[in-house]
Amino acid sequence: MGRKGETLAGWGRAPVVPGHEVRSEDLARIADGRPLSRGLGRSYGDSSLPAASDHEVVSTVLADRILSFDPDSGVLRAEAGLSLEDIYRVFLPRGWFVPVTPGTKFVTLGGMVAADVHGKNHHKDGCFGAHVLDIKLRLADGRTVRCSPLVEPDLFRATIGGMGLTGHILEAAFKMVRVPSPWIWQESERMPNIEAFMAGLKAASADWPMTAGWIDCLSSGPKMGRGILFKSRWATAAEAPSRLPRPKRRFSIPFEFPQFVLGRPSIRVFNTLFYWKHIPRVKRRIVHPESTFYPLDMIWHWNRMYGRRGLTQHQCVLPNEAGAGAARRFLEVLTARGGASFLCVIKDCGPEGVGMLSFPRPGISIALDIAVRKDTPALIDALNECVVKEGGRIYLAKDAFTRAEHFRAMDPRIEDFQRVRRIWDPNRKLRSLQSVRLLGDPP
Amino acid sequence: MLGATKGMGRAVARQLAVRGDALFLLGRDPSDLAASARDLEIRAGRAEGSVGTAPCDLERPDDFGAALDSADVVLGGFDTVVVTAGLFATQDRLEAEPRFAQRVLTADFANTVVFCEEARRRLLARGGGTLCVFSSVAGERGRKPVIIYGAAKAGLSHYMEGLDHKFHDRGLRAICVKPGFVRTGMTAGLPTAPFAGEPEGVARDVVRAIDRGSPEVYAPGIWRMIMMVIRMLPRFVMRKIGF
Repeated sequence: MGRKGETLAGWGRAPVVPGHEVRSEDLARIADGRPLSRGLGRSYGDSSLPAASDHEVVSTVLADRILSFDPDSGVLRAEAGLSLEDIYRVFLPRGWFVPVTPGTKFVTLGGMVAADVHGKNHHKDGCFGAHVLDIKLRLADGRTVRCSPLVEPDLFRATIGGMGLTGHILEAAFKMVRVPSPWIWQESERMPNIEAFMAGLKAASADWPMTAGWIDCLSSGPKMGRGILFKSRWATAAEAPSRLPRPKRRFSIPFEFPQFVLGRPSIRVFNTLFYWKHIPRVKRRIVHPESTFYPLDMIWHWNRMYGRRGLTQHQCVLPNEAGAGAARRFLEVLTARGGASFLCVIKDCGPEGVGMLSFPRPGISIALDIAVRKDTPALIDALNECVVKEGGRIYLAKDAFTRAEHFRAMDPRIEDFQRVRRIWDPNRKLRSLQSVRLLGDPP
Repeated sequence: MLGATKGMGRAVARQLAVRGDALFLLGRDPSDLAASARDLEIRAGRAEGSVGTAPCDLERPDDFGAALDSADVVLGGFDTVVVTAGLFATQDRLEAEPRFAQRVLTADFANTVVFCEEARRRLLARGGGTLCVFSSVAGERGRKPVIIYGAAKAGLSHYMEGLDHKFHDRGLRAICVKPGFVRTGMTAGLPTAPFAGEPEGVARDVVRAIDRGSPEVYAPGIWRMIMMVIRMLPRFVMRKIGF
């Protein structure tokens, strides 16, 4: 039974459901009989929430030991709850970093595997899963197995990006990369519209290991999709300051903002300021690694800015086959519906990874942070219809509102994923609120 | 350190290791100890094998002396002993299982004191040192949800206070840590209390107390105020409330 008054939610705080976490250093013990593991709860929607008839999820955060690190090969093995923040703090000063980082360091190793996270270097290095060597899993029937590209390869491929639905991830090993300095060399460039943006991303991908852009999603017409393109690489030892980057100061959003704070007018003001703050067309400079990778980590509880009803993120990838006009057509759906996104991030994706359900595929990824309102489900439906038409798909780690029929229309790989789940968990003991919604698991 | 593989002990060990202190871990399960030692070595950037371990179980007091001796040999004489180990169960379970209640009382009070006596003798013999022991706010007053566990911790807190009174002048720093509700594996079965703390925050307070030799630490600090209020509540109120 659920405990009175205790609730769980993802980072978007929509939906909020009754339930609680069970914590222990001994993951294998608490995993038994429980339907799902969650890490730091940074998936936006319902990926880490229990189904309606479950009330407990395993929290991995106490199982956070580094089990081994080989400085010759860079292989790091750790328990699932190890946070990226710990990895960043321990290893970046020694010249090592994760091969792929998402946009926040408040995630766990288990979560990075389960969501098969990607980053600014996706066009070059792929998803996190491409660098995972093996995974130790607690299966639905209580057995513990190791899987890798060679051992139980189907289970391995289903677990990477499988949102925790194949088993409880207990440990994982992956290859870290050497970095020449802990600082970032960044070039940023103002882009007048979406067409220029797409061309800029494409041109940058050949020369820059990391690219991503911010878009002013309220601009329309010839200025639609204007924004700033960020291109970066690790600074060489000669370019970088000799000191280590000091941890950035954090400040906290102390309470939920009223809903008008992130309404259209304030977004318009913010976007215009942000765009024109970039006065020279091109800027080149050394920047702090946290400013590059984790700009929002400096604001504790930034999700509170979206008020009591929370936020959702819609992130989709529009494939290259859909042509150059796809991004404009997608943004037109957003503006036509009066949708406003405070943050809109655009990034080109490289080849599809090993994960059976992994999100990225060659094309352009667009992520929109949307404050939840009465009309949000209808807006997400409209965006998803566009995604289906263009042959793209959405990112499960962000999603809370997509309908099963849209998801099925986007992703023909579901059958394969479900086949693997049937082998390892025939009774569908492992499930989440999201898998009930999108994969038809028993509620 | 006794109990460094889990919870608050793990967090304290990490902070001590990262700042360069030499560590030796005592605990029940050898493979668990080895994994924790490796974790500390990697986080502190030290060579494999530099954090030593030896088995030591709070329920087997006969081994305490040998365990402390092996730590002494490896460390070349320790100057600080930290005890975070202990058993825990809810009051309901302890009432239902008298045998387990006896184990908790023995481990958390009698055997912890025996362990501390072994450590104290060794520290005093070399002119003093720090003995930092985790008691609990549960020992501050007889309360409905922690009658038996709290009784053991009350005894332990009294013991630590007495040590401070008697041996402070001879160089012993007896530090009694009184954690409030902290979100660890120990409290995982309980509904989250208000003012709940995280192990890292508690560890910061404890490391500071070790450096300063403060005899009493409430962690998180707000629990000092909470327990002050609780201690002042009259009996008829304590009979009514569930806290």
